[in-house]
Formats: sequence, C-alpha cells, structure tokens
Amino acid sequence: MTASDVSPDATYDILLRVNGVPRPVSVTSRRLLSDCIRHDLGLTGTHVGCEHGVCGCCTILLDGAPVRSCLLLAVSVDGQDLTTVEGCANPDGSLRPVQQAFRECHGLQCGFCTPGFVTTATAFLAQHPDPTRAEVVAAISGNLCRCTGYQNIISSVMCAAELIRQTDTDAVIEP
Amino acid sequence: MTTRMIGERVLRSEDARLLTGQGRYVDDIGNGALEAAFVRSPHAHARVVDIDVTGALDVDGVVAVYTHEDLPPGLAGPLPLLIPHPALTQPRTAHPLVRDEINHLGEAILMVVATDRYVAEDACDRIVVTYEQLPPVVGIPAARDGGDLVHPDVPGNIAAHLVQEVGDARTAIAAAPHRLELDLAVERSASMPLEGRGVHARWDADDDSLRVYSSTQTSTSVRAALAAALELPLGKVEVIAPDVGGGFGVKIMHPWPEEVLVAWAARNLGLPVKWTEDRREHFIASAHERGQLQHVSVGFDDDGRLLGLDVTFWHDNGAYTPYGIIVPIITATQLLGPYKPGAYRVEFTSLYTNTVIVTPYRGAGRPQGVFAMERTMDAIAAHLGIDRVAVRTVNFIQPDEMPYDHQLLFQDGRPLIYDSGDFPASLAKVLALVGWDDFEAYRREARVQGRRVGIGIACYVEGTGVGPYEGAHVHVETTGRVNVATGLTSQGQGHQTMLAQIAADELGVPLDRVFVTTGDTRRFGYAVGTFASRTAVMSGNAVALAAGKVRAKAKRIAGEALEVDPSDLEIVDGNVRVKGDPAASIPLATVAVLSNPLRYAFDLASQQATQFAVGDMTGPPVRAGEEPGLEGTDYYSPIRSTFANGMHAAVVETDPDTAEIRVLRYCVVHDCGTLVNPLLVEGQIHGGVAQGVAGALYERMVYDEAGQLLNASFMDFLMPYATEVPRVEIDHLETPSPLNPLGVKGAGEAGVIPGMAVIAAAIEDAEGIPITRMPISPSELYELRTSEDRENAPVARCDDGASCHRSRYGGAGEDGSDADQR
Repeated sequence: MTASDVSPDATYDILLRVNGVPRPVSVTSRRLLSDCIRHDLGLTGTHVGCEHGVCGCCTILLDGAPVRSCLLLAVSVDGQDLTTVEGCANPDGSLRPVQQAFRECHGLQCGFCTPGFVTTATAFLAQHPDPTRAEVVAAISGNLCRCTGYQNIISSVMCAAELIRQTDTDAVIEP
Repeated sequence: MTTRMIGERVLRSEDARLLTGQGRYVDDIGNGALEAAFVRSPHAHARVVDIDVTGALDVDGVVAVYTHEDLPPGLAGPLPLLIPHPALTQPRTAHPLVRDEINHLGEAILMVVATDRYVAEDACDRIVVTYEQLPPVVGIPAARDGGDLVHPDVPGNIAAHLVQEVGDARTAIAAAPHRLELDLAVERSASMPLEGRGVHARWDADDDSLRVYSSTQTSTSVRAALAAALELPLGKVEVIAPDVGGGFGVKIMHPWPEEVLVAWAARNLGLPVKWTEDRREHFIASAHERGQLQHVSVGFDDDGRLLGLDVTFWHDNGAYTPYGIIVPIITATQLLGPYKPGAYRVEFTSLYTNTVIVTPYRGAGRPQGVFAMERTMDAIAAHLGIDRVAVRTVNFIQPDEMPYDHQLLFQDGRPLIYDSGDFPASLAKVLALVGWDDFEAYRREARVQGRRVGIGIACYVEGTGVGPYEGAHVHVETTGRVNVATGLTSQGQGHQTMLAQIAADELGVPLDRVFVTTGDTRRFGYAVGTFASRTAVMSGNAVALAAGKVRAKAKRIAGEALEVDPSDLEIVDGNVRVKGDPAASIPLATVAVLSNPLRYAFDLASQQATQFAVGDMTGPPVRAGEEPGLEGTDYYSPIRSTFANGMHAAVVETDPDTAEIRVLRYCVVHDCGTLVNPLLVEGQIHGGVAQGVAGALYERMVYDEAGQLLNASFMDFLMPYATEVPRVEIDHLETPSPLNPLGVKGAGEAGVIPGMAVIAAAIEDAEGIPITRMPISPSELYELRTSEDRENAPVARCDDGASCHRSRYGGAGEDGSDADQR
C-alpha cells in the first residue's frame, strides 16, 4: 500500500500496552496519539498545550523514553508500551517519589504542564539517579511552564532524586 | 490549641489530583460531545463579500454550519461593552461571528459543529469565503497617523482620550532647575496560559436548563452574559470553571464569542457541544497586552526630587474595546509607584489597530507604567551624576505619610490612596539582598576578566484587592466536614489551600476537614472574578467573615446545649468547649445536627445529638431571624483597594562580542501584608518574575504591516524554558493592610511588574547606552551599540549646563519641538 492509498478515514485496530494494561483500540490513520490517549482511552492526564511539539505537556513514555504524543500518530505505535502520568503513581493511586517531590516543593500551580514534567523527570531520573542542578535544568528544558518560573520544578526534581535514593523506591517505570 | 494555619507553608490540597492525571480541565470533560471549529479570517482588515458552504455540507459527520445570518437576536448584535468609561467615547465590540467587516486576523466568521474536531476542521477547509481587502492599520504610529481607519466611523482611530492632572505639572517642569524628556516603547505580549480557552455546554431539554463548563476567570459573569445572550432565566443557567490551566488575565475577558456560540449551539441542537482552543487560535483570537509608546517630561531639583512629571502615552487597544480602558487607566495611575511626583499630569490616547484585542495580562498596564517611571528615575540619576538609589530615596513616600492620597482616580473609580507600606525599609532589604554596595568591586573584578556586568533596581506599588465585593459560604455538615464556597475562580494559585487555611483558623477546625469550591455558580452565585491580585484580599476576608458567622452560631447553639454563656465557649479542633474546661465540649458535627430542628438520626452525630436539648419550647422551632443548618454567608466589600509593593534588583551580563544578555541574579523584596501561605506567595512571585524576564528579553507579538502575526506558535514566540529563567531570591516585608481584617494585600501579579524596568536598568548600567524599548534582543542591543559608536556618544546640553542623557533618550529638545514619535 502506498501512502496515497491511505484514507484519513480508514480505521485500524491496534493494540497498545498502556500503564501495563493491554488496550485494544480502533483509530483512524490520522488520529494523533495524544487524542487517542485522551479521548479514546480516557486518560486525560496527558495534556495538549500546543499540538506542535514545543510545550511538552503531552509528554509520555514510549518504551520508557519520553516522547511528544502530539507528534505521533496512534497507528505508528501499535504494539508498544506507553506510560502516561496516570501510570506514574502507585497502583493504589498514592504518589511515587517524583510526584511526592513536586507536591512537597510546590513544583506545580495550575497543573496543566505537570504531567509532562512528571513523565520527563521520571525517565530522566531513571538514567541519572544523582543529577547536578545543571543537569536537571537541561533535562527539563524541553518543557514549558507558565506558572512556576521553573524554580520549584528544578527543586522538585532534585528532591525527587534524593527521595528515590533514600527510599530505594522503585520509581522507575519498567518498560 | 489548634495550630494557627494562617502564615504556615501548608502543602497544597490540589496537588495529589493534578499529579496523578486526575485533574479535570474543560477538554477532559464531555467526551463524545459534538465539537466546534471556526473559520477565521486570514486577513487583518477586510469585508466579507461571499460565503460558500456547499463543500462543507458534503463532509460526513458535519452537524451544522453557522454564519452571522443564522444567529438569534441575542447573538446578532455586538458583544457587550463590559466596562464603559466616560473617556471611552468610541467603544466598539465584535460580533460573535463576523457580520460584514473583519477587523483582525483570526476573527471568527463561521462555526462548524461536527462529530469530532477532525471532521469539523475538514469542513472548515472546504468553506470558501470571498473577501474585499481593506487597508490594515497596524502599530501605534500608523494608528496615530489616522490616515487609514480601523472603524470608518472612528476618526483618528481614537477610542479614548483621558487627562488626569494634580497641580500644574507643565508650569512646575518649566520652572524646575533640571528637565529631561524620554521617549519609551513597550511591545505587545500575551498571557499565554498553557491551557487555551475552552467551552463545553450541555442543554437539558427536560429541565430547560443549560450547564456550561468554561476555562474562565469569572464563571458568575459568564453565567449572566449567557443568560442575557440566550434570553434564559438566570436560574436556568449554571457555569462552572473546572480546573483551569492558567489564566494570567486573558480569561477574565468574557463573554468570548466562542462561549456564547457554543452554548447557543448546544441549546439549538439539543446536544452537548464543546470547543477547545488550539494554540494558533489562542495567538490570533484571544487577547494581547502591553503595547504602548510613552513620552515623559520631568522637572527636578539638584537632589533629583521630582517637581513636575508630565507623561503622555499612546496605548494600542487592538480592534475592539470590550474590556474598556482599564489597562491604560492603570498605567496612568500606577506609574507613580512609591514616589511623590510633585505636580503630575498624565494624558493617554487609546487607539484602534487591526490586531487582536487588548485586555489585561498579569500586571495589567503596570509593567509599562513602572517602566516609564523607573527609566525616568535612572535618567535623572545619570543626568545629575548621582546614585540611582539616592534619587529613589529622596522621592519616596515615607511610612508616616500613610495613608497617602495621590488625588487621582484609580481603576475602580475610587481615590488612589495608598493604605500601607514602608518603602525605605523595602529598599534597605533589597539593597542588602543583592549586595548593591559591593557591586562596584564586582564590576571591576569582572572587567578585569573581560566581562561586562550591570546592576539595576526597580520599585513598584500595586493596587490589589479591587472591589466591589466577594462573598463566601461556609457550611458545617453533620459529619463535621466543612464546605467553603466562594464565587471567584482558580487558575492554579492554590486557592483551595489558602482559603481552607483561613476557614480552619476562623472556625477552629482541622485543615483536612475543610473543602473549598471556587468558580461554580451552583455553589455560590455572586462574585466578580479572579483578577487584580484580589483573591486573598476579597475572598480571603469573605471566608473569614462567613466562618466567623458560623462560629458565632455554633457557640450560641452549643451554649444552649451545654447551658453556658456562648462567650465562655471556644472552638478547638472541631469541638466547641468551655474555656478552661475542655471536658465540657460538644463536637461541631453534633452542633450541626442541633442547628436543624428536623433530626432524622441518619448518622452517629444525629444519634449523639439526642442527649442535648436546644430551643425554647414556647417559640417556633426555627425562630425569627434564624435559619436551619450550621452555615453562614457573608461578603467582604472594601472601601477601596489595598496597595502592595515591592522592589526588584537584577544583575546582568552582556557579552561584549555577541551582545547576548544573561541575568546573573534576580532579587525580590515583596510586601503583600500578612502572608497567608508563604509557599504559595513565593510561587506566585517566581512565576511573575519569569513572565517579567520574558517580557524584557524574549516575548513579543510580531505583526507585519499587513497585520499577519508572524510568530503565532510556540516555535517562534519565545516563551522561556528553565534555561532562560534566573534563580529568584526573595525576601518579604510584612506591613499589614489596615483596610481588611486579615491585613492581607494581593500577591498574584507582583512578580511581573518591575521586570522590564529592572532588566532595562541593568543592561543600561552594563552598556552605558540608554535602553528605552522593551523587549530587547541581543541583535537589538548589538544594533544599539553600533549606532552609539556611529554617533560617538552624545553631548547634548541641557539649559542647566550639565551634560546629560537627554537626547540619547530620544526626547524632545528644550525648545519644545516635537519628539521623535516612533
């Protein structure tokens, strides 16, 4: 099938593994992954702030790595593992260290950008358990926040790293 | 004793939901609703000649296509003028859908409703609109020139013209030993919350009622506007502001075309309809702010003391004036900051342009006013060759002069009277924080390393807590749960936490028993909205008053039950008890049961209540003047605004080769009176400072001469990331407001206000070149350097004989010739 054969209205049955749960879903070829997550799967914690890949609100983890879900088509991730902000909490809904740190450091205000920061920080800390402040700033410098001036977000990520080290909690999302 | 909650760094009760994806923003609600999309004008100024919707009707899933012709009488006319003013002699507002003339890029012409947004946009793409283009008026100089008109019946493009004067400023300036003139400019920017606007409307045909969720800063006023537009009884309309992803001013504007159109479509179709603004729409169809040109004329003595200040400015109000002329009025009055201006004259002209409307963005005209005043202070210091701090000090209003009456009218139409503040103390704090006295040594050290650094300071006073009122309802349930409702809305400030702290203290209950609802007209119907840094002042005091009423009622009922005088009772940890005898106590939950003569024993508290007898058997169960239930409503309505203040200092480094500008330090001293929650106040300051730095160095709306917005995306509009915002150092001064019981002053906007002024001052100090326009990019600084080199430094002479910056600030000559008005 060539690209020109693909109708925007053609639907495809795909299978996503979302926060550890298999989720079969039917999508049109042009369905953005962000829309699929939000409106087809009902996981509205993933937010859409610009729909052109700059703000980072829609960041999710795709096989453990942060991606912009507004820049991907849902059909293109068939069979892959997705982690959204809903999956960054414990199964009982309680906060894991990254989320806990954001609360303790007042790292969020309106909360709209927050899911993107939580997923980004979760992936970053999995790779960098003992980051410097400069590394943290660089790690979150692809996400926009309009409320906090980033001061307390930076503190939150530093604090989360410490919490993870202290508690030895499994904050890392296993792909 | 219950721990006092006011003043504590209490963690937010909002956060657990928001951190786990359980927030509910408007686009998270109403899955499966029909979705609207709009055909918007690609031109800045044009007439609609023809609309052909044929192509759209063939698209599967299209439910309706609406033009102006389809709208009912309530939506056919222009949208309301929210805030009239006698000086606004030529108000103009938009039609919900363009009737004939388009006045800015992005104006909505058609609304398509379809099964989803993809389909609605497909249909929009197939609609053909034929335009007759008209000459666009873009930018203040073009508007002021008046050669082309935005509205053909508004001569000179002048929407409003206002002069306020105290004393005879021009005579005072003419007689002053020293005089200076400055020409200044501030470009457009915008609130730019990460969640754009959004509306979701449900019509209930069985109940003839409408429920609307809107991402708004004022749900009560949206409700009233919708009831009027749709000709519905107010009681049949409810509006809820769910979680809102930031506002910063843009969402106080109402009703937006989309709000009334989506609500009407839901009613018309009998089905839920939603619309979620996309980012491009937010750039071209929401609101901007800030754009002004200013001319300052000032006379002063040898110490830099102001003798006369004459400010003329031109304000770009965009295509329409639905929000009146609040922004320029604020600039005109708040420009004065902590200073005594001597004689003061201010004149502004508010001009139409073929660009997006201008309504308040955090700071709301103050950043421009502070820019004018603080640039003037620095120019005076440079002119006299004295320290910039000394010039400010000599002009400060002193603490013993409070309350200080500027004899002007403020934005609320009430006298501009400062209630509190200790400006010398604030100054001392900020100088200590930034290390002002040690800076010259640092500068020398840097210079040796080939680095160029500069320091700046800027001061402001901010009228906050503008009236007329806010109210609150406090209700103790028979479980002991305390419900607090206030009508104004939240956009991330932490109101639920902050207002709960106040209620907990006033009522004597544990914080975790208090549940706060904001912005839901089902819970509280009378409110103004969230703007002007007013929540802590207005709703904070309203909650305190309402909780006080409930406390008094609880003590009266408990007094009867315990057979003691209510004045001998106190409420601690949710129990009403006899002072000095904690054993004689009764839980508030039980008092709540006793407050209602109808007592079915649904719960434990009701069963416990049977042991108490209250009520006089000779009277009716609900006595005259009483109401059942342990609840109370009250309103706070201040005589006038309360005035917060602050001072910022910044250190910048400019690259000698590339002209890159880096903020090395940013220090804030802030006085918002009593701090209800320092953690939240600091968060507000952090965010404000980020927007201030953004306005100084990065953000601007770039319109071309045709009125196209060239940078209408996050790829091109440079909102700062973590890498661009400096670390913010904060110190507080608390001078409580005498105007309200809690002693609080507003904090929401403060951080942004002196941002442009302080960064300009620091760059000017580093470079030795007058900085008169904001924002400034590295290339603009580079250009300034090269033009300075060309001119080889100015040697303008003032009539007092001193060399000065005068001509370098681009001002008029002493002979009174017209300034170079850009």
